[in-house]
Amino acid sequence: MKICCLVKEVPDAAVQKRIDPETKRLDRSGEKNLNPFDTHALEAAMQIREGGKADVDEIVAVTMGPESAVRALHKAVALGADRSLHLTDPTLEDSDVCATGYALSKTLEKEAPDLVLLGQQSDDGECYTIGAVVADHLKMPSLTQVIKIDVADGTLTCERQAEYGYDTVEVELPAVISVGDAINEPRYPSLKAIMGAKKKPLETHSIADVGIEAERVGTHGKRTEVLAINPPPEKEPGEIIEDENTNETVEKVVAWLDGRKLL
Amino acid sequence: MGGILVYALHDDEGNFNRNSLGAISEAADLAGDLGSEAAAVVVGEVADDACAGLGAYGAGKVYRARSAPEGLAQPIVDVMAKVTQEEGFSYALFGGGLLGFEIGAGLTARLSAGVTMEVTDVRVQDGKLVAVRPVLQDSAVVDVGYVGEPGVIIGRLNAFDAVERDGGSAEVVDIEIELSEWSTKARMVKRGEQRGDEVNIEDADILVGGGRGLGEAENFKLAEELAEALGGAVAATRAVVDAGWYPYSAQIGQTGKTVAPKLYLAAGVSGAIQHKVGMQSSENILAINKDPNAPIFEFCDLGIVGDLHKILPKLTEAVRAKKGG
Repeated sequence: MKICCLVKEVPDAAVQKRIDPETKRLDRSGEKNLNPFDTHALEAAMQIREGGKADVDEIVAVTMGPESAVRALHKAVALGADRSLHLTDPTLEDSDVCATGYALSKTLEKEAPDLVLLGQQSDDGECYTIGAVVADHLKMPSLTQVIKIDVADGTLTCERQAEYGYDTVEVELPAVISVGDAINEPRYPSLKAIMGAKKKPLETHSIADVGIEAERVGTHGKRTEVLAINPPPEKEPGEIIEDENTNETVEKVVAWLDGRKLL
Repeated sequence: MGGILVYALHDDEGNFNRNSLGAISEAADLAGDLGSEAAAVVVGEVADDACAGLGAYGAGKVYRARSAPEGLAQPIVDVMAKVTQEEGFSYALFGGGLLGFEIGAGLTARLSAGVTMEVTDVRVQDGKLVAVRPVLQDSAVVDVGYVGEPGVIIGRLNAFDAVERDGGSAEVVDIEIELSEWSTKARMVKRGEQRGDEVNIEDADILVGGGRGLGEAENFKLAEELAEALGGAVAATRAVVDAGWYPYSAQIGQTGKTVAPKLYLAAGVSGAIQHKVGMQSSENILAINKDPNAPIFEFCDLGIVGDLHKILPKLTEAVRAKKGG
């Protein structure tokens, strides 16, 4: 069984994110990191490998992004992927969800995975949708926000929370599954794995290498267009208290509650 | 200009989802401005009068695919793609909810359509729809237009209000559907399982919401004691419910309940968007969290940066003393 994990490089959580008013795109300068939600997908792949219910031949980390995205792949390899694939091409810049899903699916097609895993969302785009877009292009069944996966005989039994409670769904492989962060507690990479990550095979593909039609991606392929960026609706900022002396803090909280007639 | 097609989600008893009804109302208003029509898609064996009843929310037509199963996205993508193409709809609109995200994403791939998610408002501009979407933890709001048709709009939970009008009955049109091969490869084994005890959080004036910051399941008793002192109930985030620390029926947010109590006291709740959408209408929001960068501090009325294990017991004591005295 071959598992491909889709990963993404995102601005580090500590970086104040902003949209560049000129390009109307996310300013991706500053410290970057592997999307924390993707570490759960890598961990899920590792647990399937270690669980003994399926023979996992290979775990491949796949990303699309500029040159710097290689670092996200190194981290993914340090967390357990055997090798990685980097789709990078200037034509891909400014791709929207529709185009990104198409481009990733073309890259995955070449790998013919039995299972594609990804995190439920990216820390920056907050789109929650890439998995389902990729799945439809690959003509594979898919499920998002999965918090439990059991593998047996080419079928996954997945659990996830939907509108009316918990659903249990059987999904035939090959499939695309996006996992929720409750699925596992990702391990920390060992120092040895971090040191060795750069030595693991990394392939770089251009759009031509995987058969992506240039007019369907990037700026030309966009099906949506950001027309304006506005500040959020004005809201009185709340009062923030650092708890230095808990007795005093509690006194202030009780006074606040009392002032609003909540006691 | 083609119309706006809405997916109407229903539970196993055939009751339509509040967010779907809201999407129908929104679509009807927008279609009015565009000079087109709003219609709904329903899958499964839903009775004629229930389908026709969607007319009360503004649906002119209801396309019913009896043979397609409810609850999984891909068969519904098949249905919506077919109706969109054959009937020439210009937009697909979804109320907030997990399934809407999945179906909308599938449609995006199938129809090479533009998609916007977490949409809080939609308006008509130059004869086209523009979706308004908060981004970057709600620190900015973008207006998104569509290049070509169709466009897919996925609403945020509670973005669209369900409004009954004098619309009368919708015309119910049965459609035959041949499912894609891959749409038949996922099968619902059990739908809507309730985990944990049944608790009522919707009628409480005061809620103490517990999140992962409580550290472990046992620490929910700190939240329970405080809730009791305040005369309220305890609610929970998805993270702790998924972890099995607290019952699903107490969960607030995207796939849980929506509440608007007089006081929402968030204990160890980070304030992720999926949680925020279920409680942001609370009259007063008080947050206690040790992480000064937690998003909840961006929208609370009073925020305490500190260790809730120290603060909660003392606060409980102080509330009891104040109320007793």
